[in-house]
Amino acid sequence: MGYWSYSWLPTQASEAAHYVDNLFAFETSIGTFIFLGCTGTMAWILLFNRASKYDESNGQPIEGNVKLEVIWTILPLILVLAIATYATKVNYKLENLGSKIKYNFDQEVPFVEEKKVFDFGPIDVISRQWNWEFIYPNGIHSSELHLPINKRINFRLITEDVIHSFYVPAFRLKQDIIPGSVITYSLTPTKKGVFRLRDAMFSGAYFSQNQTNVIVESEEVFNKWINDTVKKELQNGLNPAGRLYDKRLKNGNRGWATVEPAPAPKVQDKGFEERPHDG
Amino acid sequence: MTTTNYDQRLVKTKNPYPRGPNDWKRFFSFNTDAKVIGIQYIVTSLFFLLFGGLLGMLVRGELITPPSDLFDPTVYNGLYTMHGTVMLFLFLFPMLSGLTNLLVPPMIGAPDMAFPKLNALAFWLVPVFSIILLLSFFVPGGPASSGWWSYPPISIQNPLGKLINGEMLWITAISLSGVSSIMGAVNFVTTIIRMRAPGMGFFKMPIFIWTVLAAQLLQLLGLPALTGGAIMLFFDLTFGTSFFRIEGGGDPVLFQHFFWFYSHPAVYVMVLPVFGIFSELFPVYSRKPLFGYKFVAVASFGITILSLVVWVHHMFYTGTPLWMRNLFMFTTMLIAVPTGVKVFAWIATLWGGNIRLSTPMLFCLGGLFNFIFGGITGVMLATVPVDIHVGNTYFVVAHFHYIIFNTIAFGIFAGIYHWFPKFTGRMFYEGLGKVHFALTFIGATLNWLPLHWAGLLGMPRRVASYDPEFAIWNVIASIGAFILGVASIPFILNMVSSWVRGKSAPPNPWKAIGLEWLLPSPPPHENFEEDIPTVLNEPYCYGLDKPFVQDEQFYIDKSYKRH
Repeated sequence: MGYWSYSWLPTQASEAAHYVDNLFAFETSIGTFIFLGCTGTMAWILLFNRASKYDESNGQPIEGNVKLEVIWTILPLILVLAIATYATKVNYKLENLGSKIKYNFDQEVPFVEEKKVFDFGPIDVISRQWNWEFIYPNGIHSSELHLPINKRINFRLITEDVIHSFYVPAFRLKQDIIPGSVITYSLTPTKKGVFRLRDAMFSGAYFSQNQTNVIVESEEVFNKWINDTVKKELQNGLNPAGRLYDKRLKNGNRGWATVEPAPAPKVQDKGFEERPHDG
Repeated sequence: MTTTNYDQRLVKTKNPYPRGPNDWKRFFSFNTDAKVIGIQYIVTSLFFLLFGGLLGMLVRGELITPPSDLFDPTVYNGLYTMHGTVMLFLFLFPMLSGLTNLLVPPMIGAPDMAFPKLNALAFWLVPVFSIILLLSFFVPGGPASSGWWSYPPISIQNPLGKLINGEMLWITAISLSGVSSIMGAVNFVTTIIRMRAPGMGFFKMPIFIWTVLAAQLLQLLGLPALTGGAIMLFFDLTFGTSFFRIEGGGDPVLFQHFFWFYSHPAVYVMVLPVFGIFSELFPVYSRKPLFGYKFVAVASFGITILSLVVWVHHMFYTGTPLWMRNLFMFTTMLIAVPTGVKVFAWIATLWGGNIRLSTPMLFCLGGLFNFIFGGITGVMLATVPVDIHVGNTYFVVAHFHYIIFNTIAFGIFAGIYHWFPKFTGRMFYEGLGKVHFALTFIGATLNWLPLHWAGLLGMPRRVASYDPEFAIWNVIASIGAFILGVASIPFILNMVSSWVRGKSAPPNPWKAIGLEWLLPSPPPHENFEEDIPTVLNEPYCYGLDKPFVQDEQFYIDKSYKRH
């Protein structure tokens, strides 16, 4: 069951993925063992200890067994402590979350120094109701997140309105973006391909549209993209929520109340919404 | 310890409803009889179970296809928010208050609750806040639509800028629900501590009483945090204060702490009495003493204490520092230990028993089966790296429905069937009960098992539309939800027709041990009246030849005489 559990998860596209998947497989194996142990015993009892129709006699008058009770207190205790210790080690290994600094909404987002080294960044991730915008160190604005493979990349996560969440299932990573704070975050993509970035913290009417693509490329392709895109003109980026909202207005603005979607971001690379994704 | 040192006037009061104790109109009056209040709670909450279930089926109807095509997304958001709110605050909490009201006084040999008027007041708040909540469907802009967490800033955005809006009515209703629950908790705790029958020391109480005490103490400790948080949210929304508004220097994450400090223990407030029901029913239907009574009793308080220090596991990805995430992972993991003690004790209780698969037993076994599964996914969610991937996805939705419906609601159904003859004086139809169980088990499994895989693949919760790769799991889930809707038909039929014209019930149809089973069915208004029995042993001595109370035969004869 543990081996099987790997196939339930999306493709592994970041350094974190294989730690998470291993931990999940480990827990699935132990969980299967416990589940089958308990339910198997229940099934056995139901098969062989059933009372016949008019039998109203009592079962065996066992009141308890202190030795057994102590065992099933201590063993699970050791087991969960072992799992938690293992998970703690994984946490220290990954150290994705950097610092969280509060700032005033009407001021510039402050620059945050990172303790741990990173290879590229920081890329500003700006989330809104309901679109994403990515600003690269050389000033490129993009609707999709292009990343070079096998580099530790640093982000500054920023929201302009409510809480959003930066969630890429293929990376197995998720981080909420808190209004009034800038959160630094680092990760290392390890697989080329197109992956979905989904807002995972409910953010209002068009929450489910608040998605875009993460494109992981080789270093050469990425550098070419950086150099080509910087020369392009700004244009309207991806904004599926705006499109749906316009449709709603055209149909007579029926439905329950919502705030107006933010306007489409002005970007050099407007991306391709229907791009087929790998996870 | 003397336990009958309460005000004896309680026993001597006249029946509070002047037209006689059996007039059906008593259920619509401000009645102070705990047994009437219990039934008022239960019937009200079953009505809201149907309504919440209907909302749930609408949600599943939208999600049967990937695009958002049945409703506007704003409507979808309102529907799922109200589904969660109705199920928690209008179904589960009132339902458990109802069962607790019915069972606590007879089980401990008390004539009524300690504060009967407070009890009636706590109940009558339920229709008040229910109506407030339902009215929010009709205000401009629709009902609250920020999820049952109601996190700011999304919950205080107030798009139309109106003073009276869905969110404002939602917060008002939730605060009143909190007030009602606090009143109930004061009453339950006092009753259990002060009004037990002579001889019923703490370690002779039924486990249900232990779990109610553990759960209601949690209410007293936790609810002020949520109610306070809700009032601050109300001020932010209505008067523009800045407890959680960043523009004024507030912090939205603070609300999450207030919210989860109560709302995680709230799960235990709901599940503990259900553990109590399991512990009562398994011995009865396997004709065996409860395995390790003292361990099971003490484990309830282990859960209570631990559940107060785990709330940050709902906030592993909100920017919580690493040391804090690790700490709360350990505390969360520890809860598996007392819970495991209970699960193993129930299985050991079944072992070597004489199992009778009646409807209440089937619901208990189904609930235990589902709870083992939900407990294992719970441990997975407690580990930080796994939670960071599957948190806020359908994996969590599937997990908590496995606990909240597949365990808690199963236990509630078991309890309703088990004590139905006692409090209505009628037997239910076993066949319809089994049909109800089969449909519920199949529907619930189809509904929530597949959603684990949708979550593992990365489908966020609360979405109105989704990528096509998640479609297959959602189709199965929706079919399961509709089967659950159908399952309510045999249940309603059974309850209504049995109460009206079912066979009349003997005082102890299941041959169970317990003070409530020494009373006539239905019990008289003051339960044991002047002859309160003296308890000698805990109520699980099946086949042990230990008497439960002094002069047992006297009470058995009396219960038949009244009958």
